[in-house]
Amino acid sequence: MKVLVAVKRVIDYNVKPRVKMDGTGVDLANVKMSMNPFDEIAVEEAIRLKEKGVVTEIIAVSIGPAKAQETLRTALAMGADRAILVQTDEEVEPLAVAKILAKIAEEEQPQLVILGKQAIDDDNNATGQMLAALLGWPQGTFASKVELSDSATVTREVDGGLETVKLNLPAVVTTDLRLNEPRYASLPNIMKAKSKPLATKSPGDYGVDVARRLETLKVVEPAKRQAGIKVGSVDELVGKLKSLGIAK
Amino acid sequence: MSVLVLVEHDGSHIKDATLATVTAAAKLGEVHALVVGNNADGAAQAAAKIAGVGKVHVATSAALEHQLAEAVAPVVARLMEGHDAFVAPATTTGKNIAPRVAALLDVMQISDILSVEGPDTFTRPIYAGNAIATVKSKDAKKVITVRTTAFEKAAAEGGSASVETVDAGGDSGSSSFVGLEASKSERPELTSAGVIVSGGRAFGSSEQFHSLLDPLADKLGAAVGASRAAVDAGYAPNDYQVGQTGKIVAPNVYIAIGISGAIQHLAGMKDSKTIIAINKDEEAPIFQVADIGLVGDLFKIVPELTEKL
Repeated sequence: MKVLVAVKRVIDYNVKPRVKMDGTGVDLANVKMSMNPFDEIAVEEAIRLKEKGVVTEIIAVSIGPAKAQETLRTALAMGADRAILVQTDEEVEPLAVAKILAKIAEEEQPQLVILGKQAIDDDNNATGQMLAALLGWPQGTFASKVELSDSATVTREVDGGLETVKLNLPAVVTTDLRLNEPRYASLPNIMKAKSKPLATKSPGDYGVDVARRLETLKVVEPAKRQAGIKVGSVDELVGKLKSLGIAK
Repeated sequence: MSVLVLVEHDGSHIKDATLATVTAAAKLGEVHALVVGNNADGAAQAAAKIAGVGKVHVATSAALEHQLAEAVAPVVARLMEGHDAFVAPATTTGKNIAPRVAALLDVMQISDILSVEGPDTFTRPIYAGNAIATVKSKDAKKVITVRTTAFEKAAAEGGSASVETVDAGGDSGSSSFVGLEASKSERPELTSAGVIVSGGRAFGSSEQFHSLLDPLADKLGAAVGASRAAVDAGYAPNDYQVGQTGKIVAPNVYIAIGISGAIQHLAGMKDSKTIIAINKDEEAPIFQVADIGLVGDLFKIVPELTEKL
């Protein structure tokens, strides 16, 4: 069984983003970039399914600039078998990403596509659901457990607890934090990943128009909170809680 | 403009997230509520009473009982022939369904909006709330999810909308509900609680997390939250998680205990009215957003605080 995983190159999780002075966006010049953390979990899950013997081939896909190759090499070093880079310097919205992934899924015929539930830059949480809709496949979003046989049983992190759904294959799964803890690529595997196949394509190869539907008019910093006062004792804190009306 | 709002409910009751979503939708045009489910009459009647709702559409069938996206999205897409916008709360239910609807309509979703600036212009947080983008949609129809803490709740009573049954569609057959392991708690729900006490990794263990925080929460009638670090360490279940990748909350009072204040956590709680921080590190970033801070050892402070309340 083939599995497709989608990975995005984003600002590193530990970097504090800075808004550009001219209000056009977030400054990404000379900023450390990494694989989106939820996508690392997606790659890890695919590898674990392969290690269990249910999956035979893992194809990693990224849509982004030439440098997204590095992100794909990371996926290959973790254990993906081959990679496809759909290269574009445009900022591609989830709808267009989903359309490109749908075309690749039609070509590659995977039984499962695993994606991160959200990218930590645009915070949309939409691509997986959109891909499932375009393909007419069922979706298991915010997954904390995936069991694969002739169907997929997915446990989902929902507001009120954990929901379990059964999905016919092929299906789309998006990952939540507790699904697994991604491995680090070992040095020998990083070396080996350099010779794994990586195909480069363009959105045009898939006939997908990546023109943005949402125009960003401006980007600003959020209103800052002012730091308040420090109290010196629990008694003082109790007094403050009383004056806030939440303690008697 | 006519706006279709997804009602989040448990069959008989409407969840608070719906009320804030109605407020956001009303800024765009006439609000029609959509209730999907199996036995959803109670929820439909309740939706009809929400102030500002002009009409309630109800779709009921066995396939819709658990509001699986595969069954709900086509129902919404059909109704969108007669509406200009679809608005859902940015809850796990809304976030599961809305993008699926958007793709069926070939629309780019506007996620997690903070404000409505015009009929096609909205603000939304990006980069964990470290930046706020103003975006203008070029799509003829809009699909929107709403950050419910950014909007006042519409009054749950006062409306008298008509209720109309609509086509519930068939069963996609591609997905089925297996079960729900509901988190059991006598405490208020995180996203609608007036007071939240939240714990971080400094608690050191699941036992200490609960034995210290639970009594304090009970004294204050508060919900219990946790940082991602505490969840990752296994001290608290994931549905306690407050932050970029968990729940977004804005209670009257948020008490952060043993939480350093990583940007991903601040993203989930910095709109709280009053923030109180207890941390042993006086340089912790949480103190930069806290209205009231207390520096010290939580293992001493929390029991003392609980006792003195």
